Amino acid sequence: MKISSLATLDKWRDELRAAVKFDIKIMVCSGTSCISSESDLIFGLLKQKIDDHQLEHQIALVPTGCQRLCGQGPMITIEPGNITYFRVKVEDVEELFNEHILNGRVLYRLLYVDPKSGESIQDFAKMDFYRKQQRVALRNCGEIDPKSIDDYIRRDGYKALGNCISVLSPKEVVEIVKASGLRGRGGGGFPTGVKWEMTAKSRGNEKYLICNADEGDPGAFMDRSIIEGDPHSLVEAMTIAGYATGANSGIVYIRAEYASSIPPLKKAIEDAKANGFLGNNIFDSDFSFDISIKLGAGAFVCGEETALIHSMEGNRGEPTKKPPFPSESGFRGKPTTVNNVETLVNTPPIIINGAKWFRTFGTEKSPGTKVFALAGNIRNIGLVEVPMGTTFREVIFDIGGGHPLGKKIKAVQIGGPSGGVITEAFFDTPIEYDTLTKIGAMMGSGGMIVMDEDTDMVKIAKFYLEFTQDESCGKCTPCRIGTKRMFEILDRLVKMEGSPADLERLETLGKAIKTTSLCGLGQSAPNPVLSTMKYFREEYEGYAYRTKKIAYSINGEKCIGCTKCARVCPVQCIQGALRDVHFIDESKCIACGACYKACPVNAIVKP
Amino acid sequence: MKSDILDMSNLCKNKLSELDDYIASLEGNKQEQLIHVLHKAQGLFGYLPHNLQLYVARALDLPAAKVNGVVTFYSYFTEKPTGKNVICVCMGTACYVKGAQKVLDEVLKQTNSKKNDISPDGLFTVKEVRCIGACGLAPVMTVNDKVYGNVDEREIADIISKFKGGHNEN
Amino acid sequence: MKLIEKMVSCTINGIHVNVEKGTTILQAAKKIGIHIPTLCHLDLHDIGIVNKSANCRVCVVEDENKNALVPSCSEVVRDGMKIQTDSLKAVMGRRTSLELLLSNHPRDCLTCVKNLDCELQALAHEMNIREIHYKGEKMSHPIDNTSFAIIKDSNKCIMCRRCVTMCNEVQTVGVLNPLKRGFDVVVATAFHLDLNDTSCTYCGQCVSVCPTGALAERNHSSMVWRALNDPTKHVVVQIAPAVRVAIGEEFGYEPGEVSTGKIVASLKRMGFDQVFDTNFGADLTIIEEATEFVHRLENNGRLPMLTSCCPAWVQFIEHQFPELLDVPSTCQSPHIMVGSLIKTYYAEKNKIEPKDIVSVSVMPCVAKKAEVSREELTHNDLSDVDYVITTRELSRMIKEAAIDFKQLKDQNFDELLGESTGAATIFGATGGVVEAATRTAYEMITGKELKEVNFKQFRGLQGIREAEVQIGDKTLRVGIAHELGNARKLLEEIRDGKSHFDIIEIMACPGGCIGGGGQPYHHGDINILKKRAQALYDLDEKMEKRKSHENEMVVKLYEDFLGQPGNHKAHELLHTFYSAKPRI
Repeated sequence: MKISSLATLDKWRDELRAAVKFDIKIMVCSGTSCISSESDLIFGLLKQKIDDHQLEHQIALVPTGCQRLCGQGPMITIEPGNITYFRVKVEDVEELFNEHILNGRVLYRLLYVDPKSGESIQDFAKMDFYRKQQRVALRNCGEIDPKSIDDYIRRDGYKALGNCISVLSPKEVVEIVKASGLRGRGGGGFPTGVKWEMTAKSRGNEKYLICNADEGDPGAFMDRSIIEGDPHSLVEAMTIAGYATGANSGIVYIRAEYASSIPPLKKAIEDAKANGFLGNNIFDSDFSFDISIKLGAGAFVCGEETALIHSMEGNRGEPTKKPPFPSESGFRGKPTTVNNVETLVNTPPIIINGAKWFRTFGTEKSPGTKVFALAGNIRNIGLVEVPMGTTFREVIFDIGGGHPLGKKIKAVQIGGPSGGVITEAFFDTPIEYDTLTKIGAMMGSGGMIVMDEDTDMVKIAKFYLEFTQDESCGKCTPCRIGTKRMFEILDRLVKMEGSPADLERLETLGKAIKTTSLCGLGQSAPNPVLSTMKYFREEYEGYAYRTKKIAYSINGEKCIGCTKCARVCPVQCIQGALRDVHFIDESKCIACGACYKACPVNAIVKP
Repeated sequence: MKSDILDMSNLCKNKLSELDDYIASLEGNKQEQLIHVLHKAQGLFGYLPHNLQLYVARALDLPAAKVNGVVTFYSYFTEKPTGKNVICVCMGTACYVKGAQKVLDEVLKQTNSKKNDISPDGLFTVKEVRCIGACGLAPVMTVNDKVYGNVDEREIADIISKFKGGHNEN
Repeated sequence: MKLIEKMVSCTINGIHVNVEKGTTILQAAKKIGIHIPTLCHLDLHDIGIVNKSANCRVCVVEDENKNALVPSCSEVVRDGMKIQTDSLKAVMGRRTSLELLLSNHPRDCLTCVKNLDCELQALAHEMNIREIHYKGEKMSHPIDNTSFAIIKDSNKCIMCRRCVTMCNEVQTVGVLNPLKRGFDVVVATAFHLDLNDTSCTYCGQCVSVCPTGALAERNHSSMVWRALNDPTKHVVVQIAPAVRVAIGEEFGYEPGEVSTGKIVASLKRMGFDQVFDTNFGADLTIIEEATEFVHRLENNGRLPMLTSCCPAWVQFIEHQFPELLDVPSTCQSPHIMVGSLIKTYYAEKNKIEPKDIVSVSVMPCVAKKAEVSREELTHNDLSDVDYVITTRELSRMIKEAAIDFKQLKDQNFDELLGESTGAATIFGATGGVVEAATRTAYEMITGKELKEVNFKQFRGLQGIREAEVQIGDKTLRVGIAHELGNARKLLEEIRDGKSHFDIIEIMACPGGCIGGGGQPYHHGDINILKKRAQALYDLDEKMEKRKSHENEMVVKLYEDFLGQPGNHKAHELLHTFYSAKPRI
């Protein structure tokens, strides 16, 4: 069926909404983490159960995209009641089905237990993790079947596109996006509307719209979750962007590692085509647009737009100097807009609800929401979408639930390998583009890694630098050789072979690389080092002056309090009562490793 | 050395013809789609030996050095054959802060191999990967398609041993 | 557009400057006498060679409005820009980039082939680098010394990518490309093959633009010294036309200084037994080539005919267009012709055993080093030419021999293979061969005297030139290309049956042999090439004889030894054949 007007779209939506409703809807999370914990098998078992009981007309079983609390997966949400079960195992299916579906009783043991009150929570919306979130980009994620265009239509899908094409001129679309203040979610935060306008104003009939889905920041997976959980929103958004910028061709550049994201996206493209949302004369206009997929092949630097374009052209993904910007000369030398996934999917709601609505979220300079991938030493690991301006403290403690063992949280790394660390002193800073830059970090794509007091910041800096050094394209001198030299200095330090002069060298070199590198990767590569040096200088000095203590520690989650370690410790630095968690006095530990060998439950952590 | 590269006889004819068909099916500028062609070739042959790269270069009318430059730029492409089992240890940040380095070291030790190189017994290739998006399960490693979450370094010997001695799970 | 709209203004170090839109900061600074160091930058846009990759970061300057460093080589001046080239930030940025490069570079300057001719070394001196603050791992790549022409030592590479630009964009040979990434990145051949196993043409343009010693010609001077010091050997040398207008640069003369007499004098001092002129071979080539061409023209032979003097070009067609091997003339290159004659004609006349002769060619060319090892260019198991040394190598040998070049009195070539005409001289510049051929072909075809010998339409530096010449009732359509990328375009036309030319001259190097891979380094100065070419045309102008067939010694050669042009003996000694080679 080709949808040719807003009216036919409205009619279709109404019909879908009015169509037979199921009594029960079981939503099984099929995000990467949950699939990795066998949610696909759980889905299969549930389906079998439903078939066995011939309940397929009463129960809708839906594989959804990421339900966001990845650390507690696999997750299953059941309507009515929004009851969510966590950490469901294959062996739980039988009981879950019998209790909840057949007997109508909530299976309490699989509910989320609030760490503060100790109470089980049935309705996930009441959990702290979800309560403070505000979803725009992830609006459909985890709640619809990504393979079903019907599900998307029911939720006002393609309405924004219809509005754009039937009611608004391309220029008006650009104006709305400009007015919304939406900024690029993938890096520096360039205003999206302005970017669109630049391409729209560039001369030439052949223009391109590229969706950057080369999510390279290790520890960020929101773009993947959107593509896998709500692919139509991306298709719709790209088509809107194409309309606004005058492009007739859209290309999704996607990481090769995201093999599982491609089928849902392909299906969405096909279904959109079949219904006239892509292809020729969309909504009976003279606007035509098509989307194709290009695969990356594993290069972090391809997140940089010029590198990405070169990669799309079949070349090594090496960045080139800007200007010229892609909006003047991009893919195949034609005007090109490059937006990332999260940025794009913000646009349909903006079109439907207006720029003003969008500005009700977030701050003056950074309107809207931002998705973060919260991970590291934190209780609630998962995807978090909050209004810009939310403080780190809210994200870490209210939403993230703080440290799982109640340890002190020392720092948060934001912006991945290009970002910097935020220390406790800045936990009350509102998260927005400009404040982050001011304190030496950056938004990046939104990876947020929480680190506790046991984290060695020098090693963390070394880890990031090893990454950027490995991912450097090798084109410009500072990044090619400079990051290598920085890494060598850090390696020396960590091996206790460095010197105080190394610290000065590290800092000078880091600053020079920032100012002289060719592209964003090099310009931001020293950030993790410089920001940890700024806030944790004493840790660097510990290595540089070789005064750092090297000690073993005990993982409190695993310790059973058997006292074996304390008994073998030659310097008696392990304390703890029988059947209680033991502690190592790190100032006394001589790192002999005796406790490590003695522990029967692998609770001793090597330095 | 030269004759090795020019000799395509060790490349499976059927696979080559599948590759030819794939290249023929590409629309538009074929040279621009080099990366896709290489994905296809690696998918068919498991890796990209030099003569196969030269084959692709000729099929797309590109200099071999350019093809080799692209292959060696991207970490997804490999010029070496892989072991029977491919182990990927996630070195994304979330996994790193949860001890992925120790997991990697242990995996290398247990398989007696070096990163990205096939193990002496031919059973394993160990790779580092950047975030597989399963941060909730950090630290994570995969053996072939199976994901192991919350890996403790001391469980690794057990995991690896399942893939040794002929009784390969997958 | 009004002039005012085409102009932008900025200040550089507080000095106001107006420039045309599109001008780079580097160019604007130069205009007001401010020097900014550069390294990877190479701009010979007149001949289509531009490397503006902006990757060495040695030319960064501070953009005060943006409070950021920008690469002056490629950043275009925008209205109202405030540039500071000597702020602490800019200077430190540049120094750090250079120090980093040096931290990854071998310190064997004293024995490096580029010592005192190295752009990296010069920069370190210019920037007063006295200490390298960053130490660590250095590259360690094996040196490729397998080819007869080019030695590649990637450990000296600074990743400026000039060679990559030359090899891929200008020459379209595509042998060199960056492999791997990050610190491990290296400019190399596919799969690190030896150059000998690739489709390298040995044009040497990578060598001529390499700022360091990463790419250099293979040094044959020690072999030549050994021969000169061997009493059982009779050592004969010849010099190519382009050498005489370039070697002076190595001794402090202005580009374009003609030093033929001094070269001959220094060669004699060094102990060569006979000094001949490749120009003799050029005249001979014209006779043979014009004969072949007229034959093809009159017998409906394969047209267009392509000249074959350039060995890099011959390599190129063998590897890249193996289906077109019947197109080039079968004539050997001029120095090979002279070489064959030295070991036959000259040897016979002087009763010297050919095996006792060591024949050396001084060439502007790197490819000729590889050419002399070709099997088909041997007679009775003896190479027609034994060693080729480049202009640069000769200048080093002269210095090594402690010869005060400037003080030398001019001497003349030895007689037998020493005479030449103006037509031979212009072989060294792009378009020269076809001009010389036209002078002779005209008289061959029409039997009339050619009054105006200057064919200015053949001259210049445009990549591809075409011209028509009326010869009797025939309109001769002439094509000329220099640089192999331009040659490729003409070859594709021939392959596709679209070529309308009768004869095409192709030279691999920019500007022809005067821009050869073995010439003194031009360091990106196009004027040097222009002056060398002009010097050749001036020489031609001054010559009494300007048509090859007027060369009396050539006429005598046919009378005494060869017989008729194009006959069996000429073919055996002066012609060659081509074979298809794989493209890698």
